[in-house]
Amino acid sequence: MSAQAKPQDKANQKYETVIGLEVHAQMRTETKIFCGCRVEFGAAPNTLTCPVSTGMPGVLPVLHRKALEFSIRTGLAMDCKIAPFSRFARKNYFYPDLPKGYQISQYELPICEHGHIDIEVEGATKRIGITRIHMEDDAGKNIHDPSGVSLVDLNRTGTPLMEIVSEPDMRTPEEAGAYMRKIRTIVRYLGVSDGNMEQGSLRCDANISIRPVGQVEFGTKVELKNINSFRFVERAIAYEIKRQTSVIERGGEIVQETRLYDTDRNITVSMRAKEEAHDYRYFPDPDLVPMVVDPKWIEEIRAGLPELPDVKRKRYLNDLEISEDAAAFISEERATAEWFEAAVDKGGEPKSVANWMMGELTRRLNDDKLSFANCPVIPIKLVELINDIDSGKINARQGKTVFNSLYDRCKSMIEESPVKPSPADGSLAFIGKVEPVTSRATSSVIREELGIKQSTDTGTIEKAVQEVLDKNPDEVERFRGGDQKLMGFFVGQVMKATRGEVDAKTVNEMIKKKLG
Amino acid sequence: MQLYELTIKQAIELLKKGETSPKELLEALLSRIEAIDSKVKAFVTVTADEARAQLGNKTDGALSGIPLGIKDNMCTKGVRTTCSSRMLENFVPPYESTATQKLWDAGAVLLGKLNMDEFAMGSSTEHSAFFRTCNPWDLKRVTGGSSGGSAAAVASDMCLGALGSDTGGSIRQPAAFCSVVGLKPTYGRVSRFGLVAFASSLDQIGPITKTVEDSAILLNAICGHDPQDSTSAPEDMAGTPDFTKQIGRDIKGLRVGVPKEYFIEGLDAEVEKINRDAIKQLEALGAELVEVSLPHTDYAVPVYYIIAPSEASSNLARYDGVKYGFRAEGASDLMDMYMKSRSEGFGAEVKRRIMLGTYALSSGYYDAYYLKAQQVRTLIKKDFHDAFKHVDVIASPTTPEAAFLAGEKTSDPIKMYLSDIFTISANLAGNPGISLPCGFTKNGLPVGLQLIGKHFDEATVLKAAHAYEQSTDWHTRKPAL
Repeated sequence: MSAQAKPQDKANQKYETVIGLEVHAQMRTETKIFCGCRVEFGAAPNTLTCPVSTGMPGVLPVLHRKALEFSIRTGLAMDCKIAPFSRFARKNYFYPDLPKGYQISQYELPICEHGHIDIEVEGATKRIGITRIHMEDDAGKNIHDPSGVSLVDLNRTGTPLMEIVSEPDMRTPEEAGAYMRKIRTIVRYLGVSDGNMEQGSLRCDANISIRPVGQVEFGTKVELKNINSFRFVERAIAYEIKRQTSVIERGGEIVQETRLYDTDRNITVSMRAKEEAHDYRYFPDPDLVPMVVDPKWIEEIRAGLPELPDVKRKRYLNDLEISEDAAAFISEERATAEWFEAAVDKGGEPKSVANWMMGELTRRLNDDKLSFANCPVIPIKLVELINDIDSGKINARQGKTVFNSLYDRCKSMIEESPVKPSPADGSLAFIGKVEPVTSRATSSVIREELGIKQSTDTGTIEKAVQEVLDKNPDEVERFRGGDQKLMGFFVGQVMKATRGEVDAKTVNEMIKKKLG
Repeated sequence: MQLYELTIKQAIELLKKGETSPKELLEALLSRIEAIDSKVKAFVTVTADEARAQLGNKTDGALSGIPLGIKDNMCTKGVRTTCSSRMLENFVPPYESTATQKLWDAGAVLLGKLNMDEFAMGSSTEHSAFFRTCNPWDLKRVTGGSSGGSAAAVASDMCLGALGSDTGGSIRQPAAFCSVVGLKPTYGRVSRFGLVAFASSLDQIGPITKTVEDSAILLNAICGHDPQDSTSAPEDMAGTPDFTKQIGRDIKGLRVGVPKEYFIEGLDAEVEKINRDAIKQLEALGAELVEVSLPHTDYAVPVYYIIAPSEASSNLARYDGVKYGFRAEGASDLMDMYMKSRSEGFGAEVKRRIMLGTYALSSGYYDAYYLKAQQVRTLIKKDFHDAFKHVDVIASPTTPEAAFLAGEKTSDPIKMYLSDIFTISANLAGNPGISLPCGFTKNGLPVGLQLIGKHFDEATVLKAAHAYEQSTDWHTRKPAL
C-alpha cells in the first residue's frame, strides 16, 4: 500500500502514515432515536424537545426501529456482519449539552462489524476495512454568548447517529479524503443520512500515527477532532503528518493525545493528553433490552438495498460505454444516477445524455444551487432535444439555445406551481411531481416559438457560401494554396451570416466542392 | 368504624351503595392526615386542593373516588416530586408517570406525595433530606424504607392505599415494619416510565395496602405493557389476569418452599419463631412444605451493592444543576458548579452509593466488580429457577428483625444494608414477592412474612397470602396513635 503513497517530500519516504477514521453520520429519520421529537435543522432553540430528550427524572428511552433499520442497511451496503444479538451501553460523562449525563451508545456488541468499502485514488482501487458501525444518540449544542453567558440548545439531543469506524488502512490524506467522500456517497444512496459535513450531519475524527517504512508496529496515535468539511479532512491530516514527522526527526516522541484542528490557522492544537482522557465507565444500558435481530428482517432489508455506486459505475462503463469520468460523475449521487438512467430508459443515447448532464445541465443547476434531485428539466425533455439534434432538426449550437430556454421555462413553471421540492424526494419522486406542471414546455414547442430551425434548403446555403467566398478572395487564394486550416474560418463566417441556422457539415462539404 | 379505616375494597362497596360519597371519603382522610401526620410525618406534600379538583373526573372507574398516596419518586404532572432530596426539592414534573396515570384513569384521587429515603436509597426513611417518618407502632422506631412514608401512611389510615417502589426490598421491608401488605411485582409487570430511576434493572413499582385483596385491586390497575418502557413485558405477560379473581381459593396441595439459607444466624429468634409459626399455618391450610435451597443467597447483598450503585451512579448523573433542580450558588466555573451542586444537593447516603458505583464501573475495576456481580446475579436467578421446579411459592421472613430504633444503624451502613438480606434476591432475580403481617413481637412490633413467586405468577402469591391473611387477624390490628 505504501507504494501508492504520494512521495510528497523527503521525510514522507522515510515514514509511513497510518490513518483510521471515525465517522459520525446523523441518520435521516423524522424523529429522534429514543423519543418522538422531530429531527430538524435550524429550528428555534429548545423547541424540538420533550421530557425524554431533556433528560427529565424518570423518563425512559425507546428505540426508534427506523434507526436500527438504517444502521443495518448501512452495514449491509458496507458488507458488514449484522450482529444477531446487540445492545446499547451508556457512555458516562458530564457536559451541559448532555442532559442525561451519559450518551446512549454501543460498546461491546455493536450492530455491525467486519465490513469494508472500496475507494479510488489515482486510478487505483483500494479496500478499506470497516471495523464496526454502531448506533448512538447525539448531544445538544452549547452556545457561548459573547457576553460570557453559556446557553444550551437541546434540539439536536437524541438525533440518531451512526458511528462508522474504519480499520487503520489509509496511508495518505488523499485516501482519507476519498474514504470520506465514499462514505458520504453510500449513506446518501441508502437514504440513511444527508451526508452534509457543513451542517454537521457528517462528522469525522481521525486517528493518525506515523512509523518508519517497513516497521510493522503502529506508532503512537493522535486523535484529531473537529474536522468539519471535506476540504479540511485532507488538510488537517496533512498538517498532522508534517507535525509528527518533524517531532520524530528532531528526536522527539509523539504524545498520545487528542488534538483539535484549527481551521483558521490550518494547524492542530493539543486538546487533552491521554492522562486527562475521560473514563467513560461504559456499561450495558439497563433501560434498553438487547436487540435480537430477526434474520428474515435482515434479508428484507438486503433485498431493498439500491444498486450501489460502485456497481453502477462499472455497469455504465461496461454496458453503456460512457467515459470513466462520466461514469464516476453520474454514479456519485443517487439522484444523478437515477436521472441519467431515466433518460437512457426514454431512449436517450448514453454518451450524449452524459455530456449534456456534465456540461450545460450541471452548469445551470450549480448556478441555481439545485441538483439532479430537484432538476427542473425532466429527463424525457433532454432526450427529445438530443433527438432533435441527432435528426438534424436543429444543430448543436441551436440545441444549446433551445435547452437554456427549456430550462428557464420549466423552472418558472415549477416556481409558479404549488409543487415544492421536499428533502424526502428522490429524483424519481421529483420527476413525477413536476412532469404534469412542465408538460407544455418541450423542445419542439420552444423551437417553434423561437423560430429556431435548421435550413435544409441547399439554395440558401449555396447562396450564403458564395457570398462568403466572394467577400474573402485573399483567404480563398491561401486556402487553394494549401492552408486547410482556413476551412474553419469559412464555416464560421457562413454560420454567422445565417445566424447558425444551417448545418455545419453541409456547409463544409459545399465549400470543399466549390474550392476543390 | 371511621371512613378512613376502610380498606379499598370496603370503600368501593360503600361508594357503590351510595352509603358514602367520594367527597366525604376524601375529607375524612384529609382530616385524618391533619390530625396525625404531625406525629407520623409520612407526607412530603399533601395535595388537598388537587384531590378535591380530581373528584368526579371519572365516576365509573374501578377506583373512582379512592384516595391514594404516592411515593414521592413517581412523577406527578404539576405536583412537586422531590425524591425526598434537596436536589429535587422544587422539581415539578411536566409529565405523569404511567403507573399513576393508570390510577387516575381508573378514577383514583391523589392525596399526596409520601416520604422516602432520598432517591430510594435506604432501609429506614431516615435518609430523607426533609424529615424522618415515624413508625406508627412505635414512633421512636423507623418505618423501614425506602417506601417508609407509603407504609406508615397506610398503617396509620392516612390513605386507603399507596404506591411504593422496590429496588432491594423498599416495599416489602417497610410493609413488614408497619404491619401492612406490600407487593413487589415481577420485573416488567408495571411500567417504570415516570419512576425516578435508582437502579433501573431492579426498580419496580408496587402497591402497599391494608389487605391482600386491596393489593390485587391496585395491581390490576397499574400493571400492563407500556410502549414507553422497553423493559415492560408484553401485554400477554404484564397485563391482567384479574388478580382479584385469583384470591379466595384454597391452597390445598400448594407447594411452599422453605429456603434453608434464610433461617440463619443474625435472624432474630422472636422473628424466626413468628415466621415459622406462620409457615406452619400455611401447612395447616393444606399447603405442602418443601425444604429448598437457594445456595447463592450469601452473595445477594454484595452483588446488589455493586449493581444497584453502579446503575445509580449513572442514573443520577443528570442531576448536575444545569437544567432543573438544585444549583449551588457562587460557583467559579462549570466544574465547580457541578461539584458544588452535587455535593450540596445530595445527602451522604446518595453520595456514598454514587461513589461506590462510579468505582465499580471504572476502567480496570469493571471486570472484577460489575461484570462479576452480573455473573453471580445469573447464578442467583438460576437458584430461584431451580427451586421453582419443585415448589409454587417460597416462604421466608421479610426481615431479619422487627423495626429498629431511629439512629440505631445510621452510622453503620453495612448493618443497614443487611436489613434487606431476605428481600434483595427477588429483585436480582426479578421474581414477585409480597410481605404480609404475620404477628407481633412481645414489644408489640409487627413482623412480616414474605412469599416469593415464579415470574409473572403474582396470582399464586396473592392466593397464598390471602389464604393466610384470612385465617389470621393480624391485618385487622391498628396502631394506637
